[in-house]
Amino acid sequence: MKPVPFDYVRPTSIEETCALLAADGDARVIAGGQSLVPMLAMRLARPARLIDILRLPELSGVRDDGNTVVIGAATRQAATEHHPLIKAKAPLLAKVFPWIGHPATRRRGTIGGSIAHADPSAEIPLVVATLDAEIVVREASGETTINAGEFFLGPMVTAIPQGGLLTEIRLPVWSQPRLGVSFHEVNARHSDFAFVCAAAQVGFDETTHCTACAVGIGGLGEFPVRLDRAAKALIGTDLDHAAIADAVDAAMAELDIWGDLHASAEYRRRVGGVLARRALIDARQAALECPQ
Amino acid sequence: MKVQLSINGERRTADVEPRKTLLDCLREDFGLTGSHTGCEHGVCGACTILLDGEPVRACLIFAVQADGYEITTIEGVAPAPGELSVIQDAFCETHGMQCGYCTPGMVLTATALLRDNPQPTRKEIVEAISGNICRCTGYGQIVEAIALAAERLAHANAPQRAKP
Amino acid sequence: MSTAPRRLRYVSANRRVREDRRFVVGMGRYAADVEAANALHVALVPSAHPAARIVSIDGSAALALPGVHYVLTGEELAAATEPLMNGLETPEVKRYPLALKQARYVGEWIAAVVADTRALAEDAAELVEVSYEPLPYVIDAEAALRPDAAIVHPPHGSNVLLDRTFVWGEVERDFAQSQRQLSFRVVWGRSSTVPIETFGITAIWDPWRELLDVWASIQMPKYSDQIARAMRLPANAVRVHQDVDVGGSYGVKRGIKHTILCSYLARRLGRPIRLIEDRLENMRAGDAHGPDRIFDVSVAFNTDGIVRSMKMRALDNVGAYAGRAPFQLGKPIGAIVGPYKIQSVEYRAQSVTTNKAVQEAVRGFGQSPTNYAIETAIDKVAGALRLDRIEVRRRNFIRKGEFPYLIPSGTRYDSGDYHTVVAKVLDHVGWDALQTERNRLRQSGLLAGIGIAACLEPSGGNSTFEPLLNPKNTTSTWMESCRIHVDALGDIVTTVNTTSSGQGHETLVATVIGEVLEIDPDRIRVVRPDSLESMPSNSPVGSRMAIMLGGAAYHAAGKLKQKLIGIGAHQFGAGEDAVVYANGGVATTAGDRRLAWAELVNIAHRNWHLLPPGMEPGLETNQIYQVPTGGTLPTPDGRVQMYPCHSFEFHVVLLAIDPDIGLPKIHRYVIGHDCGTVINPHIVKGMTLGGIAHGIGAALFEEFAYDDQGQMITQTFMDYLLPSSQEVPEVEIVHHCTPSPYTVLGQKGSGESGYLGAPAAISSAVNDALAPLGIAVAKLPIRLAALGDAIAAARQSSKA
Repeated sequence: MKPVPFDYVRPTSIEETCALLAADGDARVIAGGQSLVPMLAMRLARPARLIDILRLPELSGVRDDGNTVVIGAATRQAATEHHPLIKAKAPLLAKVFPWIGHPATRRRGTIGGSIAHADPSAEIPLVVATLDAEIVVREASGETTINAGEFFLGPMVTAIPQGGLLTEIRLPVWSQPRLGVSFHEVNARHSDFAFVCAAAQVGFDETTHCTACAVGIGGLGEFPVRLDRAAKALIGTDLDHAAIADAVDAAMAELDIWGDLHASAEYRRRVGGVLARRALIDARQAALECPQ
Repeated sequence: MKVQLSINGERRTADVEPRKTLLDCLREDFGLTGSHTGCEHGVCGACTILLDGEPVRACLIFAVQADGYEITTIEGVAPAPGELSVIQDAFCETHGMQCGYCTPGMVLTATALLRDNPQPTRKEIVEAISGNICRCTGYGQIVEAIALAAERLAHANAPQRAKP
Repeated sequence: MSTAPRRLRYVSANRRVREDRRFVVGMGRYAADVEAANALHVALVPSAHPAARIVSIDGSAALALPGVHYVLTGEELAAATEPLMNGLETPEVKRYPLALKQARYVGEWIAAVVADTRALAEDAAELVEVSYEPLPYVIDAEAALRPDAAIVHPPHGSNVLLDRTFVWGEVERDFAQSQRQLSFRVVWGRSSTVPIETFGITAIWDPWRELLDVWASIQMPKYSDQIARAMRLPANAVRVHQDVDVGGSYGVKRGIKHTILCSYLARRLGRPIRLIEDRLENMRAGDAHGPDRIFDVSVAFNTDGIVRSMKMRALDNVGAYAGRAPFQLGKPIGAIVGPYKIQSVEYRAQSVTTNKAVQEAVRGFGQSPTNYAIETAIDKVAGALRLDRIEVRRRNFIRKGEFPYLIPSGTRYDSGDYHTVVAKVLDHVGWDALQTERNRLRQSGLLAGIGIAACLEPSGGNSTFEPLLNPKNTTSTWMESCRIHVDALGDIVTTVNTTSSGQGHETLVATVIGEVLEIDPDRIRVVRPDSLESMPSNSPVGSRMAIMLGGAAYHAAGKLKQKLIGIGAHQFGAGEDAVVYANGGVATTAGDRRLAWAELVNIAHRNWHLLPPGMEPGLETNQIYQVPTGGTLPTPDGRVQMYPCHSFEFHVVLLAIDPDIGLPKIHRYVIGHDCGTVINPHIVKGMTLGGIAHGIGAALFEEFAYDDQGQMITQTFMDYLLPSSQEVPEVEIVHHCTPSPYTVLGQKGSGESGYLGAPAAISSAVNDALAPLGIAVAKLPIRLAALGDAIAAARQSSKA
């Protein structure tokens, strides 16, 4: 399990990185490498050149940008996990870290790496999809912003263009006075990729009316999906169990779902719905417990 | 490519192919065979080393990426020839191993854990070693070893022996 | 006088395991750590097809890469070597390290590439062009039995390697006379022990000394003999180095095909050859999978729960070549009734070839699957009669006073006290409280169940299953040896004549010798001679070393002690019955004269004139120890004394399933364990806990799964799921000691403990949890999603 031979370069700026990427169609970006290196070891990925961005200072860090929390693509998962700004302003993301691999892989693995890898059952892409975060991609020609809804195209396939570099992720910060988040996952072992996982974030006004709602499910098929119709249907309700069940069931019925050795398509459809319902119920509970 | 690494407090250099993992480099270029090859895809944890004090998988880093870090392997843990660290000794006391293959990774993971969390709960110990697979022990005596080491370290209030 | 120690000082004491010191500092020496200057590295070309004729192999592009030395094909290798050992009389099922003319499973080695580095060898392996003509294939064992099935080895004529029905006792009469019967099927999925270290080997051929040196990660009986035969070398031209630490095995580290491949290449190329399997090679073609079985079981019983007779058909999917798989149907014959007094048994053992990878010996050698089938039967009998599952077991258990107990298939169980172990466990666990806790979990909306398993661990392994299943095989000994040398300064060196894979054999021999000689075991040096210098050994298989190596060490030490007594008595002018041995010295019984260890040693090494007439100088003794109760061949009707000792384990598991998801969680795990006299408590505890973890893996997580196209879909640790610390619960062990009358210290085996009952116990717990829904699972591993689907379907149909 040795990779194919490749060149290794470690540029010192984003510009240099983009130039390198533009010049070599067989080059691949490596950051933490926690997903890429196994693929290299199995020769499922065969780049001619690895461009190491892990130490680019402008790609690392978390900052508050008012309406968004901005995370540099090469920020380590472990650093994000314990970042006070994430806990305060991106609580849904904060929730998922314990489910991502192990401490040892989170220390090397990056936020952008997980998103660019685009495993359909991975946790960070689910959060990004659920919150419809903005993903910023730099190319030699300039910068573009892609909404998460248009970013994930298939298993391990994203909208990052040839020669593009994912530079940062902008997670929207919700302004509701009372916010609740929840994440549920089923897998055989705690550290594995999910068979299916669900994330929910809900906001409430001073009453028991839900004023904002996002819910997404991972592990079902080609990429994590945001259940927009369910969320829309729930806004304005009290998020009672019946409303949640109706909204989620209707949304699940529309989805294209895959099965494999570990879990059948029926399982994923059924349990995806279970987890989405649980996530919404727990998120509502958390929101209502927020001090007003 | 030339790489300059800092391993167990020493500067070492090697000339490696970019595709060589840090694990293979440690084992083949520096003879540090205490880091073990288990799966080469980041699941088993037998190759765990400390990078700036934090446990990581040496099979998921290329040697060319590893300059500038302080690398600690199992060979760098014992305080002196023939003398075990408190954690290593606790593993011997509870027999927290059988074949010994996962043991270096376990010891290093435990070393980092107890540095950051000197009095971990059982649950915290279990979580910390969950990325290190052991096929022999069922983990029971490993968890006991780490708990015992924590207890001993907590009571180790004797003054540190000066280095010669 | 007796050589038995008066009281135990070191045996059963909580002493450290001496091997651990080198392991905690990373100074174990594993196969991959062996350095060989100038070595070349091997990578394999795997078959992409489950069955295909190999039309051509073109290695020219590979050889054109700088640093690539050789591309070896099956044709060349088969011409130069003998087929690998095949225990059954199936001469047309030939196995070589590289496929010969035909590929028989996905991943099978088609060619080997030799290069300066492993990475380069992998690069070159991709360039070897193999032209295949795909052939029909068969993956399923029952499909392989059909007359129109694709035949894996056409010259053999069918896929059946073994199909033998044993009838022990009046089975039909007992079935006819019993009040009730029931039948069921359970399936044991293909898993294995999957050590974290893969198999690795370095081979060097010295043409001037005509000597093949081998360092390997091996746990295999008669390894060097097998190498010699396949390589057409005299056995004294094969030197296996046994001072190699093996990174886990639990049965499977038997890389004979790797060894022959590398040995041949070492001779052919005149360079050291090294092959360290990578994980993909290990999973798909390490030929180390485990049993893959369908059990069809019928039991006849009375309304009081007494099981009178059992019919069991075990159909095992051995994969593409025989390996050790058929014999793994034979070994369980030695405990075919478990701990129960079932008076007659019909057992049909069927091995069929398919286009899956090859099996190897796995922990328990087929016993754990068999125990799973037996325990499922007992649970079902209790369920059918609405009797308590533990009460049914109690009624059927062999009683303490009935040992030695002869089971229908011919093995005499040594000893046991099953009722007491069960009572101790129930007392420890608080049986009523546990049931209350289960009911509380049920009321909270979970599906909760208690699992029970009462199982035997046959131990002290010999190989009587070989003559049982192959009449041409007349093996009736499976000895183990120990040599003790005391140097002129009085320091002791002893030998372990095999490799070890974590069992603590160095601690074992030192403890036993220390016990007999009444000397601190830590003062004893343990070495591992190479195979040319070794005494006979059959390696640590069959849960045998406490019994066999312990027995050999005990007797060798006893001989040494006897020699010292002779020397002492001679100095005192007394008879040997008038002296006593204590703490390494010899004294008169009156106590007026005493010679210390150093003085006795000095006489033995330097004072011929003081030795009793006829005594050899020096101090060295040895023992080649025969398996207790061994020595006889099977009867023509297939009765056999299999292993000598029978450890007992009783599992109680509380488990709860989230019914909406199917996720099972173990809330409590208690095991009662009786392996007789424990030599080192740390080691036995570790074996038991590790065995349970491995059993949890087999029950819930681990499977070498194949799709309909014959592709193995669990080739990595992302799909073949090994339990981590998060999945293994804290286990409580309740000890009991019923010494074996057949062993030197009353010890029995424990190398397979935990594993032999955990899968049965987990399955029992899941089925107890599912009982309110009226469904049951009958296949391992129990994948959580499949469990979730079954629960959902049951709820759906109960609604309808």
